[in-house]
Amino acid sequence: MDLSYTPEEEEFRARLREWLGKVLPTLPPKPSPDDWPARRTYDLGWQRMLYDAGYADVHWDASPTVRLIFLEETEKAGAPYVGANFVGLLHAGPTIAAEGTPEQRERWLPPMLRGEEVWCQGFSEPDAGSDLAALRTRARRDGDDYVVSGSKIWTSHAEVADWCELLVRTGPAAPKHRGISWLAMPMSLPGITVRPLRTLAGSAEFAEVFLDEVRVPVANRVGDENDGWRVTMVTLSFERGTAFVGEVVACRRVLGELAAEARRRDCWDDPVLRRRLGRLNAEFRGLWRLIQWNVSEAEGGSGVPGVGGSVFKLRYSHARQELYDVAADVLGEDALDLDRPWVPDRLSSLAYTIAAGTSQIQQNIVAERILGLPKGR
Amino acid sequence: MRFQLTMEQRALRTAVRGVIGRGPSAGRWGPAAQFPAPLEGGDARPRLDRALWRALGELGFFSLRLSEADGGAGLGLPEAALAFEEAGRALVRGPLVATHLAAGEVPGAATGEVVVAAADGRLVEWLAEADVVRRGAEGAVPLRSVDPLTPLHRVPAPAPADPVAGLLTAAEQLGTATRVCELAVQHARTREQFGQPIGAFQAVKHLCAQMLVRAEVARAAVYAAAVTADRTDIAAARLLADEAAVRGARDCLQVHGGMGFTWESEVHLHLKRAWVRAQRGGGVTESEELLAADLVA
Ligand SMILES: Cc1cc2nc3c(=O)[nH]c(=O)nc-3n(C[C@H](O)[C@H](O)[C@H](O)COP(=O)(O)OP(=O)(O)OC[C@H]3O[C@@H](n4cnc5c(N)ncnc54)[C@H](O)[C@@H]3O)c2cc1C
Repeated sequence: MDLSYTPEEEEFRARLREWLGKVLPTLPPKPSPDDWPARRTYDLGWQRMLYDAGYADVHWDASPTVRLIFLEETEKAGAPYVGANFVGLLHAGPTIAAEGTPEQRERWLPPMLRGEEVWCQGFSEPDAGSDLAALRTRARRDGDDYVVSGSKIWTSHAEVADWCELLVRTGPAAPKHRGISWLAMPMSLPGITVRPLRTLAGSAEFAEVFLDEVRVPVANRVGDENDGWRVTMVTLSFERGTAFVGEVVACRRVLGELAAEARRRDCWDDPVLRRRLGRLNAEFRGLWRLIQWNVSEAEGGSGVPGVGGSVFKLRYSHARQELYDVAADVLGEDALDLDRPWVPDRLSSLAYTIAAGTSQIQQNIVAERILGLPKGR
Repeated sequence: MRFQLTMEQRALRTAVRGVIGRGPSAGRWGPAAQFPAPLEGGDARPRLDRALWRALGELGFFSLRLSEADGGAGLGLPEAALAFEEAGRALVRGPLVATHLAAGEVPGAATGEVVVAAADGRLVEWLAEADVVRRGAEGAVPLRSVDPLTPLHRVPAPAPADPVAGLLTAAEQLGTATRVCELAVQHARTREQFGQPIGAFQAVKHLCAQMLVRAEVARAAVYAAAVTADRTDIAAARLLADEAAVRGARDCLQVHGGMGFTWESEVHLHLKRAWVRAQRGGGVTESEELLAADLVA
């Protein structure tokens, strides 16, 4: 058991810190969360800066430990989050890197890394959420194209995306997991309609995407026809892996700020509140250690995060919601004021037990794949 | 960063498990004869397993952190934590923490010849059975212990909390958390109702999944605290491990149904032991306060 970093890793950290100290003051002000085009420009601009400094491919190419250090240090320095680059860097990119042909990697990966193209994820459908494999969006082969019709929902960043990693049904007669293919769909194609959906937080984070006879080249399929489910599983394991490192660092900072606010407001004398904050401190310290544990394990293995990600996500999504519930108790009636810090975060925290596999689904995964309990009906 | 166990640490864990497994009381959790039932026994008290104690002593369970010059193995807290996790897992009885901490100070403690008890928080475990009683046991009065395998005395003034004792306690709790998860999963796989294993029902499945989640978070926290030996890390590890053990044992009981409520079943022993350990060193409140204070330090 060793929590120390190698000299090379420490050097990476020191260089990164120095670079962040230099470039962060030169960044333009953060755009308003409602201004999507401005957010796109901002997020891509940041990715370009990472690219120029040699940090662009840290999510895929670096060792898990270096990735951990990168995410920890950027968050601590207050650097921008991946934002609109999330799907590209953490889902589609790693999938293409693992499953794409050399031509496909050459076509899609460099623009992602250079901060030139935004990707979105078109997996969920109105009738296929947790049961993703029940998806019905049809892709019919016609010459060199697939002709795609159907609808996707909850597609984050769809409004400003250039590409969509799309799951379609190519084998309607096959069992549901064996008739799916993974396509890279340009969002500019005729037949695509994007309708923004407002979230309960009031922002337009995701959208409905309607597909009407959209012609996607067969060359845009990653993996074999009808092998898309397996290809997708590669993507999802990335999503639940190190994706939350920066957020745990951020939660620990918020917790400190919250304690300071509690003191200012004289509710620090309330032992019940104080102990809840103490317990949350234990919680996030434990989650940080679990990240280190998982990263260290990935270091020894394939580098692809495994089902351990489900254990982490279950606990983390709950802890994050608890953090903002405690924040609301500190704030009292101010917790109803959207202009107060933490109030919008409390709203967005509500998505954590739903997005990227609900907590119920994660518990099924833990019980069946780690504990080996029988599959239910 | 190599947070995972080294080869040597794995070997140590296997060795401890082996000694405990060979002990005279191995595999005897089930029969009620192993310990007196309060209803039958009256004043009957559990006895120490002296043979196991000496075997643990020979293995270095108590001395492993002493330097080689002092007859120890020169190992650290991570190794001690692994050893205590195994002891917790197997419900080994006796004042393990007090004796471990006395090694090098109380003659015979390191080798397992002498059993040492000490006050921890407001309680002393195994006071009457120990050969040597250390600090803070003045004015101790017996109480009728809820845990049939841990006799308890109450002391008038609480003993100051020792961080190492806290860490070793957390490691024992981790052992319990892991064991009760295993027991629940075993039972859920084999017990059938409505024509299927109860583990196929989601309500049962999700109880088991949460047991694992709590145990794994606790594991990361306990091992990390063993590496850093930092007071705040140890307090966090205690809170997480106490929760994983106590709630895990509760859920394990639930998964066992009526069988879990019987005296014969092993389940209640884990729950009761977890309760006893959770009281050590100021208990939950003190850890929570320490962690709260850390936020504004
Ligand atoms: C903020 C946000 C962003 C998102 N972004 C994207 C995106 O970019 N791309 C994309 O494709 N999707 C996205 N999603 C969709 C997300 O993946 C789905 O919402 C999620 O998988 C749940 O599906 P559902 O909403 O259809 O709920 P349902 O599957 O209908 O679930 C409803 C309830 O039933 C429970 N349930 C369902 N099945 C089971 C079961 N077998 N056992 C026990 N309980 C069950 C669920 O846990 C839940 O509580 C996003 C969602 C959110 C909230």
